[in-house]
Amino acid sequence: MKINVFVTPKKNVLDPQGAAVGHALESLGFSRLKSTRIGKLIELEVEAQDTPEFRARLDQVCRDLLSNPIIEDFRYEIASR
Amino acid sequence: MNIAVLQFPGSNCDQDAFHIFASGLRLPTRYVWHKDQALGDADLVVVPGGFSYGDYLRCGAIARFSPVMGAVKEYAARGGLVLAVCNGFQIVCEAGLLPGALIRNSSLEFRCITCELKVEDSTAAFRVGTIGKTIRVPIAHGEGNYRIDEAGLARLEANRQILLRYVKNPNGSIAGIAGIRNEQGNVFGMMPHPERAFERFHPSQDGLAVVKAVLATKFPEFAAKSAAPASPVPIFG
Repeated sequence: MKINVFVTPKKNVLDPQGAAVGHALESLGFSRLKSTRIGKLIELEVEAQDTPEFRARLDQVCRDLLSNPIIEDFRYEIASR
Repeated sequence: MNIAVLQFPGSNCDQDAFHIFASGLRLPTRYVWHKDQALGDADLVVVPGGFSYGDYLRCGAIARFSPVMGAVKEYAARGGLVLAVCNGFQIVCEAGLLPGALIRNSSLEFRCITCELKVEDSTAAFRVGTIGKTIRVPIAHGEGNYRIDEAGLARLEANRQILLRYVKNPNGSIAGIAGIRNEQGNVFGMMPHPERAFERFHPSQDGLAVVKAVLATKFPEFAAKSAAPASPVPIFG
């Protein structure tokens, strides 16, 4: 099972990287830009069944390690092979 | 007296931290490797700066799960003194020993400068009267931008948990915060490096008063002799 975990800065948390890249996009003529936010993609491959117990465990590691809930949000997509 | 300086793979201020306690204050000081499950008998645990685990994922995120951090959490819960500097501050925030988080400097630059810091009247030991009104201490970080939600900031202010503020904000930290303590007053975290401010060849010698103020929290013999409280401050216990 392949899992893509997306970690993004929380909406109300300043994202200096996103702001800088946003400015660069504007200077390239990419206009009407409303916002640029930079997060990360973590690709996992797990030998497990997609059960509620597994999801609970996945939520837990996303909260404890893969993201910092004070400053980041996470979501994931699970794709079966 | 027994000072324990933690070492993670990628710590690089561990020797400076060792030096200020062992040579600056002539205290028995030792290293504790991150794989150790126990701290032994420690009167102060120092979580030093550096780039633990290459700052992978987030600064401090992986070090937080090192075996030794379990022992540090227990030690702190029992009221043990902790001083966490720079990457150490990031680690203890990740570990939940201090509130908030540190993100990329608003300038996106790694800032390596000596900063003027305003000392706050935080505790009976850590206050203007014992450290000075403003001090100069070096910073060296790319991710020192302190973030906390509004309610959290209000709690920090109400409990006088803010230790140091930048006079000129180098990283975008909310409320100019350079260092904080926990509510109980035994865990101290800061981005500036007091261990880089005590030798004659350092940019200042103000770091010694900072470190002494942390020690004086538990050990009154380190309290500055001449100092009388500038204003009434809560004494935690």
